[in-house]
Amino acid sequence: MSKAASKSKRGLGGWGLIAVPYFWLLIFFLAPFLIVFKISLSQVAVAIPPYFPTFDLAEGWQAFREGLSELSLENYVWLTEDALYWKSYVSSVYIAAVSTLITLLIGYPIAYGMARSPEAWRPTLLMLVILPFWTSFLIRVYAWIGILKNEGLLNQFLMMLGLIDEPLVILNTNAAVYIGIVYSYLPFLVLPLYASLEKLDGSLLEAAEDLGCPPWKAFWKITVPLSLPGVIAGCFLVFIPAVGEFVIPDLLGGSETLMIGKTLWVEFFNNRDWPVSSAVAVILLLILVIPIVLFQNQQQKMAEKNQ
Amino acid sequence: MTRGPSWFNVTSIVLGFSFLYLPIVLLVIYSFNESRLVTVWGGFSTKWYVELLQNDQLLDAAWVTLRVAFVSASVATVLGTMAALVLVRSGRFMGRSMFSGMIFAPLVMPEVILGLSLLLLFVAMDQARGFWTVIIAHTTFAMCYVAVVVQSRLVGFDKSVEEAAEDLGCPPIKTFFLITLPIILPGVIAGWMLAFTLSLDDLVIASFTTGPGATTLPMKIYSQVRLGVTPEINAVCTILVVLVSIGVIAASIATKRQQVQRERDERAAFGADG
Amino acid sequence: MAKKTIGPVRREFVPWEDPEQTPFIEFRNVTKKFGDFVAVNNLSLKIYKREFFALLGGSGCGKTTLMRMLAGFETPTSGEIFLDGQDLSGIPPFRRPSNMMFQSYALFPHMSVEKNIAFGLEQDNLPKSEIDDRVAEMLRLTKLEQFAKRKPHQLSGGQRQRVALARSLAKRPKVLLLDEPLGALDRKLREETQFELMALQEDLKMTFLIVTHDQEEAMTVADRIAVMDRGELVQVATPSEIYEAPNSKFVADFIGDVNLIEAKVLEKADTGTRMQAVVGDFAIDTEQTTAASVGDTVWYAIRPEKVRIAQGQPEGSVTNQIGGIVWDIAYLGDVSIFHAKVGEDDHDILRATKANISRMVENPITWDENVVLTFDRDAGVILTG
Repeated sequence: MSKAASKSKRGLGGWGLIAVPYFWLLIFFLAPFLIVFKISLSQVAVAIPPYFPTFDLAEGWQAFREGLSELSLENYVWLTEDALYWKSYVSSVYIAAVSTLITLLIGYPIAYGMARSPEAWRPTLLMLVILPFWTSFLIRVYAWIGILKNEGLLNQFLMMLGLIDEPLVILNTNAAVYIGIVYSYLPFLVLPLYASLEKLDGSLLEAAEDLGCPPWKAFWKITVPLSLPGVIAGCFLVFIPAVGEFVIPDLLGGSETLMIGKTLWVEFFNNRDWPVSSAVAVILLLILVIPIVLFQNQQQKMAEKNQ
Repeated sequence: MTRGPSWFNVTSIVLGFSFLYLPIVLLVIYSFNESRLVTVWGGFSTKWYVELLQNDQLLDAAWVTLRVAFVSASVATVLGTMAALVLVRSGRFMGRSMFSGMIFAPLVMPEVILGLSLLLLFVAMDQARGFWTVIIAHTTFAMCYVAVVVQSRLVGFDKSVEEAAEDLGCPPIKTFFLITLPIILPGVIAGWMLAFTLSLDDLVIASFTTGPGATTLPMKIYSQVRLGVTPEINAVCTILVVLVSIGVIAASIATKRQQVQRERDERAAFGADG
Repeated sequence: MAKKTIGPVRREFVPWEDPEQTPFIEFRNVTKKFGDFVAVNNLSLKIYKREFFALLGGSGCGKTTLMRMLAGFETPTSGEIFLDGQDLSGIPPFRRPSNMMFQSYALFPHMSVEKNIAFGLEQDNLPKSEIDDRVAEMLRLTKLEQFAKRKPHQLSGGQRQRVALARSLAKRPKVLLLDEPLGALDRKLREETQFELMALQEDLKMTFLIVTHDQEEAMTVADRIAVMDRGELVQVATPSEIYEAPNSKFVADFIGDVNLIEAKVLEKADTGTRMQAVVGDFAIDTEQTTAASVGDTVWYAIRPEKVRIAQGQPEGSVTNQIGGIVWDIAYLGDVSIFHAKVGEDDHDILRATKANISRMVENPITWDENVVLTFDRDAGVILTG
């Protein structure tokens, strides 16, 4: 009734509350994308900043219009011509999708086990999942180098057991990238999944069994469908950032590993080609827009449900 | 869910947590390795920690990182709390969906894009890059995390408590500081801690937005890691992991204690009516 | 014959019958819309000083909205609200001379009991000594002295309720607004607290406005009750008038239990009305006059406790009587409710209650037994809407 109704009046304080974070995000989050787009239409130049044209309002309208005519889609054409780029995009999406699937296969039993554990343990288990999230991403990726390299701990261990005679080459291959992504993003998937599994009412399963449904079937017919919001949220949280991942392919991947985040980084820092890297970013954003919008809609739906 | 865990549940938890923690544990163990060859155990030693203390470059980077993290977390907490209030309280207004979009998008946006776009903004603004540009960059993405954390705290908030304050003669802004803020404080503190560690950890965005004289610790670690695994880096990482873990564990124990005490109080008070 | 009055009178206090009296609170043509939903529809109401006034109705009837407009949390879409001669429009909640006790109590969880009670006084920047005195007085009044230092979560439900009450009374508001104040308490405590509230209101000589969906609560505490439905006032009257002389089917049905008998007017006179029940086809003779014309269909509302039930023809002359078959019996301890079938259909039921005045009954009325139901000329009321 009346409590749900929004306040129609909004004082000066109310508008200020909205305006401050709003403008901060407009200036430092949204506006930069427009600039990225503009620079993606520019050309590389040996100058500071290293692109052309630059717009300076002091130079007047005429200069502005001339500058405008210098903008072109050349960089985008270039992206389609050089196989490196589109292969990077395809490979990024592929690696992210496969990693998401592996993360789900590993994460679901963990989240499920946590939800079925005695209530007294759950806060501790939950904290143990959250803790890696707080520790540095870089450190956690770095930790795998010592394990995966040829003379690393994994190979030492396997050779000690006599399972292999020669060290496996894992570091600097795509396999290492998969391991790194799964490892780094596992908590992101387990958390929302655990949240939705924990909410699941145990009496639903009892009701299903009471009605003659065996436990394994009840799992597929009751537990899995009801945990879907958690699965979807978790998969988005892994997939979207994984597509643009830089640190993992850079540290664990090899020359064969093509990921767009790394390509962008190299283009920017090594080749100093700002316009092309901007174009790379624009296309990456376009690829990610759909999953991001889907993710947001889902988040909003869940938030409204909670309210 | 109720029901006890099966052997399958226990196995998946044990394996899962081993997977999560084994690499970090190994990293910590090998930071005490006497040998410079990181993967060959040469006996226990703390010499890499001693060497660390003499590495001025690393210490400088750590100091820069701490300052950046402190300032950006604090600003992000203010902005993020405001944003959370807007999301939960402001009802409908022009551009609301864009606002919530701008809050949620940075949570999943690849860091390379955030970093690149902010750098290009600073260049366009002709802003010299360094300490402050990193702070602005970190504030921008950390405030979104703060907003989400504080928002979850606000959702369960009984709004009539604020109305009661106003009803008793307290103007709205004063009500916020006297009533609302103390009640949501745990969420705000959690938001600050999250913002602080996010800033502490960030490599990609800082690499794009930094300038001369503002090298952060992750950047320093990264440049060394590229050259290979070294025991000093293991030691730095160990210190960071230990510090953050202590912080998080202490915070969660404190919360847990409070909760237990609260439940005990409530049980004690219960039944006084009878 | 002595003049009959309706029901017992709680106290000699009837300012609403005096046209000279100026109202203390006045709603003048107040309308409140939430989007398309009309929560309060062109409502006018006068409440007098030192009155204990109840707004009664189901959920969504607009009673809470009406109170929240008085407190200032909602702004009327149109119309005015006056308190003690002052137009309240444009005055924010924190400047209004009313205080509210919230349904959820809305205690400040981070403040002790005494800090909660002192909060409102501190907003007025009263001197410290005065605040301390007033808090001590409130603690004494609500018997909370020993809990002064406790936090809300360390209190039981009943104690929290008293803190909320003390806090809203501390500023000695011109009117105390109570939003379902006892809803969270269990039945026994609720009844006790109702009497405490009444005593408090008499002692403090204050005006109380209570919102409740609980008719018993409203009837216990209030001098007058306003029954609301879909944003409008249906009847404003004393509890006994509301119960004994409801002005509509809605009120008769909402308050207590009632038999609503559809009947046709047969004969009208200054001394009363004769009707014929549509179902059961029996005559009803009442001393009430009606505006309805002969031949019109009206409703005769009669409370079950005013219908007598017997196994045979009662002795002496009886005005209204009808035969029936016992269809169902509900034994409630203090009373039993008999459902007597008086028509062809299974739904043609007339209810009669009987006080169980002895423990042992010889030959009790039982199922499927033929019974005679009787009632007096003044037992019920004729309703046209």
